[in-house]
Amino acid sequence: MTRLCRLAGAALLLAALAAPAHAVQPDEVLPDAAQEARARELSKELRCMVCQNQSIDDSNAPLARDLRLLVRERIAAGDSDRQVMDYLVSRYGEFVLLRPSWHGANAILWLAPFAVLLVGGAGLVIAYRRRTVLAGATAPLSPEEEEKLRRALGEGAADVTKL
Amino acid sequence: MNPEIGHYALVLSLAVAILMTVIPIWGARSGDEALMRVGSTLALVLAGFVSLAFAALVSAYVQSDFSVLNVVENSHSAKPLLYRITGTWGNHEGSMLLWVLVLAVFGALVALFGTNLPARLKANVLGVQGSIAVAFLLFILLTSNPFTRVVPPPAEGNDLNPILQDIGLAIHPPLLYLGYVGFSITFAFAVAALIEGRIDAAWARWVRPWALAAWGFLTLGIAMGSYWAYYELGWGGWWFWDPVENASLMPWFAGTALIHSAVVMEKRDALKVWTVLLAILAFSLSLLGTFLVRSGVLTSVHAFATDPSRGVFILGILIFFIGGSLALYALRAPTLRQGGIFAPVSREGALVLNNLLLTAAAAAVLVGTLYPLALEAFNGEKITVGPPYFNLTVGALMLPVVFAMPFGPLLAWKRGDLAGAAQRMMAAFGLAIVAGALALWAQGGGPLLAPFGMGLAVFVVIGAAVEIVERAGFGRLPAATAFARLRGLPRSAFGGALAHAGIGVCLFGIIAETSWNAERITGVKVGGSFEVGGYELTLDRLEPRNGPNYRDLVGVFSVRKGGVDAGTIESAKRLFTARNMPTTEAGIRTIGFSQLYVSVGDELPGGAVGVRAYWKPFVTLIWIGALIMALGGVLSLSDRRLRVGAPKPAKKPKARPGPDADPAAPVPAE
Repeated sequence: MTRLCRLAGAALLLAALAAPAHAVQPDEVLPDAAQEARARELSKELRCMVCQNQSIDDSNAPLARDLRLLVRERIAAGDSDRQVMDYLVSRYGEFVLLRPSWHGANAILWLAPFAVLLVGGAGLVIAYRRRTVLAGATAPLSPEEEEKLRRALGEGAADVTKL
Repeated sequence: MNPEIGHYALVLSLAVAILMTVIPIWGARSGDEALMRVGSTLALVLAGFVSLAFAALVSAYVQSDFSVLNVVENSHSAKPLLYRITGTWGNHEGSMLLWVLVLAVFGALVALFGTNLPARLKANVLGVQGSIAVAFLLFILLTSNPFTRVVPPPAEGNDLNPILQDIGLAIHPPLLYLGYVGFSITFAFAVAALIEGRIDAAWARWVRPWALAAWGFLTLGIAMGSYWAYYELGWGGWWFWDPVENASLMPWFAGTALIHSAVVMEKRDALKVWTVLLAILAFSLSLLGTFLVRSGVLTSVHAFATDPSRGVFILGILIFFIGGSLALYALRAPTLRQGGIFAPVSREGALVLNNLLLTAAAAAVLVGTLYPLALEAFNGEKITVGPPYFNLTVGALMLPVVFAMPFGPLLAWKRGDLAGAAQRMMAAFGLAIVAGALALWAQGGGPLLAPFGMGLAVFVVIGAAVEIVERAGFGRLPAATAFARLRGLPRSAFGGALAHAGIGVCLFGIIAETSWNAERITGVKVGGSFEVGGYELTLDRLEPRNGPNYRDLVGVFSVRKGGVDAGTIESAKRLFTARNMPTTEAGIRTIGFSQLYVSVGDELPGGAVGVRAYWKPFVTLIWIGALIMALGGVLSLSDRRLRVGAPKPAKKPKARPGPDADPAAPVPAE
């Protein structure tokens, strides 16, 4: 039973490696499972240029099919993943990449969210420092002071309810 | 009903909206109570006229009145009644009218239920609502009139885009708009507070129900859209980082931050300036979303509007409201009094962290969505920002949010004890590690994403339960006392915990589906079978069927697991005859929380038919989690404190209770 479960788990894992995706047709699949898996991974990083925001892996469009076949052709011819991507970029431009490259102005794109985080965090620290200084709240209240405060507040609250 | 009546009602609405903008704000400035009160009446009248216009358009659709251009372009007499009705907002003009309808109804609700609001604040709020209505009514009347006639009327319409003829899409836009436009109320409150130049904890208490309601609707709307894409587009994907999805996600992040920071403001009188900014941001991002979708500036699966004149108009609206409110903010925010102070490690501190990370996530989505447009505008370079970018950035920012989530509610206000909170989370930690180990064992080693993610998800769910247990005092106090305290806990405490648990449930679904999804792409002949995710599917027959405005080719599959019958699945290739457009009707069988998903493709040479089948473990938890989140919002909304409203029914409208006069907080926060 346990072994069965493990086997099922392993089967699931293998299936997961074969990856989730969509529009690949049965006749496109490469005979070599490892190569096919690579093709699928690459397909998910490539845009179907005539579609709206779909990867070639997702798309039913004829162009997406052509690109999928092209990727598989290059892989079957012995190209590395890097070479396949470079080839597609040289042919179709950076538009084809779903993961924008790092160079040039794209650094803005990649760093902006974390810049917001850093600037926001720094702003918070500064604001916190300034306010603690302004409020003069440095030492915490001693237990006696807290007790005194609680009593005072309790009386105050009682007064409020009488209004 | 005559379309001209609708058109006329729309023109009257504009007139009413102009009055609603001017009179109450004038009254508030001059202190004239009679003028201020007019605002409420006008808000009700506006809702009446806009409803009339909307009803006229719906009736034109129901009757298939092909003398109306909008109906010709988007309807067909053979379309079922339901889709003739919902087709009203399945197009640009109609959806903008729905937008204004929701806006007007929200304004009327403020007028009706805002009886305990100070007169001046209420007048300013309604005035701001009115000004938004003016902008959008002008937009409709000048660029997107749904009542334009066509002469001579054609005999038949062009039909609605087939993928929109679906129950999911029928309710998705209204839900989304209830969310988007709901933030107009919080925006109006923020601007009203800035106009007055004063803001206090009571303000947060009035704003919070609206923010919660808008957030709940937006959550449901996004989940609904996601499920629709999942079953209708036939790829089995449930989130695509499509710009239109992003447009709804940005206000969701900002709104989530808002409902949290409003808590701090209500309870502790702190973070006021920031809360006001968030209220402005949430609606600004909603407006931006409307602009992105409606202007056609993005071309994506959802964007069915392409007319630059409209884009420029909405851009004008965008600049006016966002620019105007931010300018007002810059002018007035420094004068707002700062409230209570707190240590970095405290409930407030945790909520600030939450706000910071959520805002950064909203920024990531914003930058990722707009950067390609900006780059193309500046140097003509075309690039794509796709799912890998968003998964990486938003994922990296959400990870600490989710991890910190269970700790926040366990920290005390002002100064918290992190070590103590961690100690109380031990049970959750333990169970999380067990869950992670189980996941690792189930997949037999391999990548650590699933074990880690599932551990985190379990941590969040159990952490939410721990919060309630801790607040009731189980383990510290006698059981009877703890039960009494449990009953005495405000509903918002349960609501918050439930929403947090919903995040955990959703995360569990996301991780399970992405890690353990199994897929099978194959050609199959009638009588043939294949295996996916441990299930054996046999194609029993392929049969043609006719619907009211489409033809189906239905593949009927029988499902077996280990030789045992597990039901059937029907999946169809559907051809809508009016537009000659094919769609995929995925066949889905839900087994526990998992789903078997089959979509039939094209016929292959040799008599086989292409089939894509998926086994999607725990996939339904993604949407169930979102439902739980929204339910948490509803529960929170039903809290006595928000329902009755702490400020007593206004005998003396200007009397505002201080932040400490909270009658519905019998249990002190630990």
